[in-house]
Formats: sequence, C-alpha cells, structure tokens
Amino acid sequence: MADLSTNFLGIKSPNPFWLASAPPTDKAYNVERAFEAGWGGVVWKTLGEAGPPVVNVNGPRYGAIWGPDRRLLGLNNIELITDRDLEINLREIREVKKRWPDRAMIVSIMVPCEEASWKAILPRVEDTGADGIELNFGCPHGMSERGMGAAVGQVPEYIQMVAEWCKQYSKMPVIVKLTPNITDIRYPARAAKAGGADAVSLINTISSIVSVDLDNFAPMPTIDGKGSHGGYCGPAVKPIALNMVAEIARDAETRGLPISGIGGVQTWRDAAEFIALGCGTVQVCTAAMTYGFKIVQEMAQGLSDWMDEKGYETIADFQGRAVPNVTDWQYLNLNYITKAKIDQDLCIKCGRCHIACEDTSHQAITSMVDGVRHFEVMDDECVGCNLCVNVCPVDDCITMVQMTEGSDPRTGQSINNDYANWTTHPNNPMAKQAAE
Amino acid sequence: MTVSETSDVKANRLSSAEYVDNFSDIHPPLTPHEALVEADRCYFCYDAPCMTACPTSIDIPMFIRKIQAGNPVGSAKTIFEQNIMGGMCARVCPTETLCEEVCVRETAEGKPVKIGLLQRYATDTFMEREQSHPFTRATPTGRKIAVIGAGPAGLSCAHRLATLGHDVTVYEAREKAGGLNEYGIASYKTTNDFAQDEVDFILQIGGITIENGKALGRDVTLEQLTADFDAVFLGVGLPGVNALGVDGDDAAGVIDAVDFIGVLRQADDLSLLEVGRRVVVIGGGMTAIDAAMQAKLLGAEEVTVTYRRGQEHMNASLYEQELAQTHGIAIRHWLMPKSLEVLDGAVSAITLEKTALDASGKLAGTGETVTIQADQVFKAIGQTPDAGPLAGVSITLEKGRISVDENRRTSHQKIWAGGDCVAGGEDLTVVSVEDGKIAAESIHKALMA
Repeated sequence: MADLSTNFLGIKSPNPFWLASAPPTDKAYNVERAFEAGWGGVVWKTLGEAGPPVVNVNGPRYGAIWGPDRRLLGLNNIELITDRDLEINLREIREVKKRWPDRAMIVSIMVPCEEASWKAILPRVEDTGADGIELNFGCPHGMSERGMGAAVGQVPEYIQMVAEWCKQYSKMPVIVKLTPNITDIRYPARAAKAGGADAVSLINTISSIVSVDLDNFAPMPTIDGKGSHGGYCGPAVKPIALNMVAEIARDAETRGLPISGIGGVQTWRDAAEFIALGCGTVQVCTAAMTYGFKIVQEMAQGLSDWMDEKGYETIADFQGRAVPNVTDWQYLNLNYITKAKIDQDLCIKCGRCHIACEDTSHQAITSMVDGVRHFEVMDDECVGCNLCVNVCPVDDCITMVQMTEGSDPRTGQSINNDYANWTTHPNNPMAKQAAE
Repeated sequence: MTVSETSDVKANRLSSAEYVDNFSDIHPPLTPHEALVEADRCYFCYDAPCMTACPTSIDIPMFIRKIQAGNPVGSAKTIFEQNIMGGMCARVCPTETLCEEVCVRETAEGKPVKIGLLQRYATDTFMEREQSHPFTRATPTGRKIAVIGAGPAGLSCAHRLATLGHDVTVYEAREKAGGLNEYGIASYKTTNDFAQDEVDFILQIGGITIENGKALGRDVTLEQLTADFDAVFLGVGLPGVNALGVDGDDAAGVIDAVDFIGVLRQADDLSLLEVGRRVVVIGGGMTAIDAAMQAKLLGAEEVTVTYRRGQEHMNASLYEQELAQTHGIAIRHWLMPKSLEVLDGAVSAITLEKTALDASGKLAGTGETVTIQADQVFKAIGQTPDAGPLAGVSITLEKGRISVDENRRTSHQKIWAGGDCVAGGEDLTVVSVEDGKIAAESIHKALMA
C-alpha cells in the first residue's frame, strides 16, 4: 500500500485530497461529513470581517454546461463568501479541528485591503487551532466589486502587501490563492513569494457567462431577468489550471514554491497530474458538489493503486516529475516523427477520423478501399497531428507511432534520430548554434 | 359459436382491463429524457452505415443530432424529407435487420442506438406540436396523375407528386386509406388510430384527392386512366392469399391471417371478437407472428406457429420471433400442413408432416406426422398478386408481379408501379414508401421533360 500522507508547509493530512473553500466547507455539518467520508483536509469557506454578514442572491446561484448524457463539465457560480456569522464559523472551526486532529484545517479569509482589517481577524483565526490560512485573492464576482477577491489578486503589489501583513500578524502558514483572471500567472505568484507567502493555491474560478437564456435574453443563472458574470470551475477548467500550475513550477523565481493545485479534479488521475506538475496537495470542489463526498474514496484508492503499480511509495516520489518536461515550443524536437495507426480489430467504423482529417486537416485517412468502407492512415499525407486519436470514440483504437528508421513518406526525408529544434532550424531567421 | 364439444371458439375471453392492457402500445414511446439519453449515444458517423441500410436513406445521424440539440421538430423534418411515413416506419420497420443491425455501437457493444424509437420520438413530437405541414407545394404544373391504391407506396408517391406541384387522384378499393398500415399490421404496433392520423398528415400537402371504394378493374380501368391522366402509379399490393392445399381449407375456423388482422384492426369492441382456445398459425413471416400474437392477446390459451422450414429461413425477424415466444407462443419448425380434421363443419385439429431438406437441398416430407388440436387455423403462408385488374393494357409481369425498372417504371410508358405488387420487392412498408418516392421523381422527370 502506497503512503498517501502529505506534509504541506508542515500541515499534515492523511491524503492529498482537500476540499476547496466553497459551499461544501461552509459549516461543521458538511465538513464533518467530508472527514467521515475520508477527505484529507478542508479549506473552510472564506470568512469575512466581523459585522453584518454578506448577503447572497435568493435566486439561482449556479449555471452549468454539460457533455453527452448531461455529464456536468463546467459549473459557474455567483455565490459570495460565507454568509454566516463570523463567531459561529470560528467556533465550529475550533470544534471540528479538535474532533479531527489528523485532518488539515485551513481557513480561507477575505477582508478589505487594509492592514487593520487583517490585523483584526488573523489572531482570531489562529486562536481556533486552524493549521493555516488561505488568502482569497481570486473570487471574480461580487467581492471584487468591493475591492476584495480578484481585485486584489489582479494587482501583484497588493498581493505582496497583504501576504506581508499576514506573515507579520500570525504564525500560521500562509497560502495565497491566485486568480486565473490575469494575463500571466507568474507575476502574482512572484508577488506572493516576495510577500513571504509559504505557498500558492490555484486556480480560483474563471470569470464567465456560462450560457444565455434565449427566451429571456439574459445570462444564466438569471436573477429577475438579469445575470452577472460568475466564477467558472469543474472539469472544463482543468487544462487551464494545469498550465498555470506548470508556469509557476518551472519559473526561475518561483520554482520550489509549494503549490496546492485546484481546478477540475474529478478522479485520482487528475490529482496525479497536478502532483506530477509539482503540487503538494490538490483541492476539489465541483466533483464533490456533483457526486457527494464519497468520491474521495475512488480518488484515494485510485491514486494508491496507481502508485503501487508504478512503485511509488510516497507522494514525494512522483511529485514534480513532469515539471522538467514542460518546455517552450521552440525546444520541441522537430526530428520526432509520428504517424497515426488505426487498429482495425478495435475500429468500429464510425468514420469520424476520416471526416475530421478530410474536412479539417490533411486528407490522410481513407474512407473506402476497394469499394468497402475502410479507414486507414495514408502515411504519405499524415503529419502526425493526433486529431484522429482525439475524435475516435474507442480507447486506444488509433495510436501515434514513432518512426525511428527509413524515411518519412510524406516529406521523403530520412529519419534523423538526433534532437533538433526550431532555435537551430534553417527556416528560422533567428537560428543560432545548437546549445550544448 | 361452439359447434361441437371439441371446438372452442368464443368472444369475451378476457376482462375489459385485460383487453386494454393487451392492445396498448407494445413498445411505449421514449420520454423526452429517454430520448436525450439515447440520442447522446449516437456518434454522428461519417457515411453512416445506418443511413445506407435504410431503404429510404433517411439521414439518421442528422436527425439524431437535432434531437440532441433540442430540435425534435427539425429532426422530424429531416426524416420526412426522405420518408413521409417516417412515423409508421418507426413503429413497424424491422430495425434490427436494417439501420440498427449495422449501427457502429452494435459493432462496438452489441447495443445499437435505438434508432427506431428515436425516429418515433421525433415524428410523434412533430405531429403533436405542429399544426402545419413540413413541406410546401411547388407551383402547380397542371399535370394529373392517377394513383391506384392508398397504401404506403401509393400515398408516398402521391405525396411526392403533390409536393412537386402535380394534381393526384388516388383510387382506393377499401373504405379507408392506409393499406396494410390500416388493415394489415398488428394493432399493438400502431395504436390510437395512428394510421389515419398519418394519412391526414400526408394529405395536408394539398393537391391529393382520395376516391374510396373505387377498385381497379371494377370501378376504374387502366385503359381509361391512362387516357384520362398524364401518368398512372400502381400500388395495388397483393390482394390474394395462398391456399393451404389440403382438404378442409373451407371449414369453419380456417381463416386468412390477413383478414383476421384486418377485422381486428377495424373492431370497435375487441371483446366481441371470437378467438379459439387453441390456435395454430401456418407461416413464417411477419403476418404469421402478428396473427399469433393477436390471437394470444385476445385470450387464446395455446398458440402454435408452424413453419415448413427452419428458424433461419423465417421471414419474421428474430426480434419478432422472440417477442412471440416471450408471450408464450410456441414456434415449431420443419412442419408442413398435411390434413385438417373437421368435425361438424369446423376444424378440430391439424396434422402436419415433418420436413427436411433432401440431398439436393429440396424441401421434402419425411413421412412422420404430428397432430395439433386446433379450434382455429390461421393461414399466413403468403399473399399473391392478382393480374386480373391490369387487363386492357400491356404490362410485363414476372411470376405474377409487375416488372419495373430502377425508376419503378413498367413496360407501359405511362404506368409506374411500386410496393408489394412489383417483382423483386421485400414486402416491407419502408420499401414501399421508397418505391413510391422513386416513382414520383421519375414521373415528374418524364412529365416535365
């Protein structure tokens, strides 16, 4: 059995699966159910400053997009931070942490961007016995209009400033949660590090209009005929999150900065991918909100089984293993040549590979051979683009096979097994000598 | 009408609730949710095998995609473009040997997309929601065409001709239009008078007049019609029924299966219909199964279908055979009728001889016999053409059926034909619809040349 336990900034949890700050972590009832189901930790839903709590809309808060069979692919929300009283939240955090000492208890905080506000709340959170704090600089709707959430996260100087206050007024580990609603994720990450933050977590939700009601001509979810942009999450955002995580993991200034990965984690495999890109833990929300807390059992077991199969004893054994392989396009090997190959025994003859290639790509797949429907790759036309693999409904029916000898029938050029990239390519006006 | 102690034929065998239950829709339509789940299974194949397998070449991936996209009315239009009887075909097509047999999900998982049920979902939705007809007539051409027979072939032909701007008069011998859709298909496949609703829907195009009670050869002649009209389409079906060829064929209780189905379809009160306690159906086609099923559903205790060849030779689809078997109907193969036992003028049993293929592959009796007690014997051993009404004009026939070219044109310049009455057909509703459509296009081309 692989050891799934994690130590993130000194915060221990029995597995790397934390529930992200969101409705599932808004109160003791939910969090205890989550811990009973097996979640390794939670980030308690964002607390605001003392005083009258925020109010939420009383109409629909969520919108969604679906795949076939109405599988939820992306969820969007216009909910705000906790709308419960600060005192009640703090009391419950203390009680739950006491009852579940082996689980990670992180508290998300969002107060106005003033030193006094942070100075006031930090000791009160620390007093609960919580393991750490996460600064919500990401929420793209509602709170950002009040100068909080993404309004802070989009200004690196503010991130640094608030991170500094948090380090100054508390001993707790500080995680800065980053908004993806910026052009280059490295700048806010660098600012967090400069401010002394112990880690970053990303991504928060993406500003979005998830759909338009064509009867009322208003964004969904619609509140009395109007809609507002919300925060987008779920499986659809995972690729964006992975890229941003990788950007931080391989940036010279932030390399080694601990990361808690967030964005569309649905299965153990998604989690393993975030960890491979350097994350120490992953945070999950939409999957739990779709299927309930029990899914963590699939995630934990799946990750453990995969680690056993691969011979990884601890999370650290594979954490960050994919980071060195994330590179810039210009360094990709232009001598690496692949051709698609269709396994005729697995092929169900739907013809989608053919029409995708024929209509939209390189006319490299047959549809008829000797008067019979037959789908076969023509190596002399195939550029190895992988589109056919992606549109094929059958797993592993079409694969990309590397050519290692002979010549490429498309270009007529001999296969060269030496690495060569764009930086040295003769067509590149900026070409330079190959680096050692 | 119990005529002897051994003959037990009577009406009212079931409670009124059982009649309602037994003759309700055998394959209930998909709910909107079921339709969406099923539509999501379609892969939108290129050069889709289902489309090739459909005799009317319906663009199946496109109509299913329209269901997926929340446009069932548009989906129905895609269906009707190729098959104006898409609603009935969705109910009666042997999809398991056509579109669904070649579905790539059949290849992949042994579970094809339920194309027939999706087609029914789309066409039913259209007919429920839309008051208007999906097509508009072209500018009138002033051409007149006579169509003989208001069955699937005739109505399909009439509709396409009317759409193209021609005026069509349909002559139908029976009281109602619809042909076998109205008189020859098991009632649990087409409930709530769907056949007549579909006729009404087809006639919405305009330009079609149906003359009921006008039989070819009796009330109208081809000689006259070819003189009065610019073209004639024959969709007269197969009016005759093969004889058993054994003594006692005329005894009480020996009944043509097609007539039995027709009477049942037109009955207002099923409890008034008589059915035997023990029923034997002779034949191996869809009509045999339909008759056997309906006898069983009317309350017959023992129903046996006998067929002179093996299971693999039966024209009824495997799906239909299994349907009968799960309803408690026995299907016995390699048996041919030898004699009927008649008591007091009514059949009481049938003796059949076992058969086998001889060395030359010819079917022959083995001499061994079995006797099955029967209060009724239904003959479903095939329908036969009747060339009589064609007299007066010269049309080439092929084994009694009308010979046509690939455009469904006969040897007579002004006469086209389609459906069960033409040679080489498959005796399927959907094939008849296609015949009518092809003939209409050919007539249009010939008249507008």
